[in-house]
Amino acid sequence: MFSYITPCVLLLSIAAYYLGTRRANSIAAASGGMKELHSLPTHYGVFTAICSAAPALIIFALWIFFEDKIISVLVTRSLPADLQQLSANELTLVLNEVKNIAYGGFGAGHSGEAVQAAAKTYNLLSEFASNLVAGLVIVACIVPGCIAYKKITKDLRARNIVETTGMAFLICCSGVAILTTLGIVLSVLFEAIRFFQSVPLTDFIFGLDWSPQTAMRVDQAGSSGAFGAVPVFAGTLLIAVIAMMVAIPIGLLSAIYLSEYASPTFRTWAKPILEILAGIPTVVYGFFAALTVAPLIRDLGSATGFTVSSESALAAGLVMGIMIIPFVSSLSDDVIHAVPQSMRDGSFGLGATHFETIRYVVIPAALPGIVGSILLAVSRAIGETMIVVMAAGLSANLSFNPLSAVTTVTVQIVTLLVGDQEFDSPKTLAAFALGLLLFVFTLLLNVIALRVVRKYREQYE
Amino acid sequence: MELTANHASNAFPTMLSEEMLEEAEQSKTLATARKTVGTPFVDTPRMTCRDIQVFYGDKQAINKMSIDVASNEVLAMIGPSGCGKSTFLRCLNRMNDTVLSCRVTGEVKLDGTDIYHPSVDVVPLRARVGMVFQKPNPFPKSIYDNIAYGPKIHGLTKNKDELDEIIETSLIRAGLWDEVKDRLQDPGTGLSGGQQQRLCIARTIAVSPEVILMDEPCSALDPIATARVEELIAELRTQFSIVIVTHSMQQAARVSQRTAYFHLGDLIEVGATEKVFTNPLHQLTEDYITGRFG
Repeated sequence: MFSYITPCVLLLSIAAYYLGTRRANSIAAASGGMKELHSLPTHYGVFTAICSAAPALIIFALWIFFEDKIISVLVTRSLPADLQQLSANELTLVLNEVKNIAYGGFGAGHSGEAVQAAAKTYNLLSEFASNLVAGLVIVACIVPGCIAYKKITKDLRARNIVETTGMAFLICCSGVAILTTLGIVLSVLFEAIRFFQSVPLTDFIFGLDWSPQTAMRVDQAGSSGAFGAVPVFAGTLLIAVIAMMVAIPIGLLSAIYLSEYASPTFRTWAKPILEILAGIPTVVYGFFAALTVAPLIRDLGSATGFTVSSESALAAGLVMGIMIIPFVSSLSDDVIHAVPQSMRDGSFGLGATHFETIRYVVIPAALPGIVGSILLAVSRAIGETMIVVMAAGLSANLSFNPLSAVTTVTVQIVTLLVGDQEFDSPKTLAAFALGLLLFVFTLLLNVIALRVVRKYREQYE
Repeated sequence: MELTANHASNAFPTMLSEEMLEEAEQSKTLATARKTVGTPFVDTPRMTCRDIQVFYGDKQAINKMSIDVASNEVLAMIGPSGCGKSTFLRCLNRMNDTVLSCRVTGEVKLDGTDIYHPSVDVVPLRARVGMVFQKPNPFPKSIYDNIAYGPKIHGLTKNKDELDEIIETSLIRAGLWDEVKDRLQDPGTGLSGGQQQRLCIARTIAVSPEVILMDEPCSALDPIATARVEELIAELRTQFSIVIVTHSMQQAARVSQRTAYFHLGDLIEVGATEKVFTNPLHQLTEDYITGRFG
């Protein structure tokens, strides 16, 4: 029904653009040249097009948003009185059945006459409404378009109107991004609140035991479930720390070499090659960790007398560190490169060596950017899933021994939500609580890091 | 060389002597060849440069220049843009080493040692020949740390008191002490342009160099800040040799004792400042200072 409305509006606004431009051109010709016009002819064209398309699209969008509610209310009114007396939940069921029948599906076998009638009403109503809206949209397209066309004079400030509309559009786009973030946070938050109704918040945050099993039957033994998040977060932290211990030195030092010492030709070759590391799918890193690194560490451990489990935090952390090297190196290289040459000249001019210049002038000046790159890498390390699923293990040991198997927040979320799940048991809802806590955790990390940077940064220009 | 020595004897005339006026009268026909005229050499040079040539890749930027820098003098280098003044200046403390494609030939001696000799380390050299740049470039550190930087990396001080003293004397000599003494921990980049440039000069003199190179130090400053920096240069002359590149002929006339005129990679004329500005020996110099060229 609506498939032809969008192209229709599009065609009409293209026509409006064309007509508006033509009218502006003829006004210009009549009043003695292009300079007499307030704006360029294309501005008048865009102005006319906006005037015709915007109201139509707004009406269309409103209709899509409210269609279901309006029609449902109308259908409910048409139902017999005894059905209308039902409770809200039951009424929803009835309405769903009405819709199913209306869409040509099969209602529950016992659908009564009243429901069948309501389905017919529903169909009639929605067909009528679609036609009405289609007409409205076309009218809302043509009428404002014509008014705008008539309003075009040489003094009309079309450019200002067009540019303001453009700005409004940009605001809407950034609004979408912000609202989406907000939506994600809220949806996680609400599910987490449901979880905290069955498991106390303090048990979750301070509990030292993580075994998210809940009883299928009331009389089942030994599966009351323990939802203490500490071991899970400890595992995440352990692996992230190992990863950063790999990524920060290697990434930062290679960034310094690339930007300060390497010849331009070497830099143009080496930098993309480093960045390839970021392009390898994490699942590939995962089996590299599980099949190559973990056995290697285990064999090394047994040769030197350490007991290493075949899935270890060390293996996962090392490989994760390699994965995030390019985040540190590439961004740090850019910010170090951006430190003005005049800083280096000033330092060289005082007789500083290249190394002293880097150590005391370049790095402090580039510090905010370097910390930014490290933060990005940390967030990546904490949020990384695939490597740890494959290489770190599933058992939630509260241990800071890098040779033992640990589990991370992301791994637990995956295991809790994979497969068919019931979304009312704390076992499943725990995933949302973990997600929320992880989100708060990374947010805190970012805030702290930003404050530290603000305190210690050395700002040039 | 004999002629050179004669000229050198009156290298710093306080006013135009009768003799010089006469000489000017006699040499009505000015030199036109691309050969250095005037008095490039002095009796007691601090730095001597002989047959300096600089190439950027295949392009020659400076063609066989020979000139001396005397002790306790301000030597001004003037000339149209792209004539090689800054390039030449950067030869004197080997700042050109940082430019990959740059190649320098010839001989530059500081107190008798060739600074381009393989055995010479560039790091102590740059501590002896300091440099102030066109745009003030204080480090993004506190005022204190800006000046402490040089003494620290060269290990000039044993303890904090000595360092504090160096910082105070450097700032006093740069004429900045009264303005910043209460906010030494504020960032150097927060100062005004003129203060920043004086901070850079203070930073340079904190490592007690022998020669200070200044590459258009006032081109980014307003007239008042310029006047302060010029006063400072006049004062610093009592202790250092100063080589200053400038686009302002008035500035060259105000601050320098000798002036060198550069033209498209050639050193055209060197002489006592007043002589160069009132009685140039070379046609190109006259064209430039009278505004017919450049």
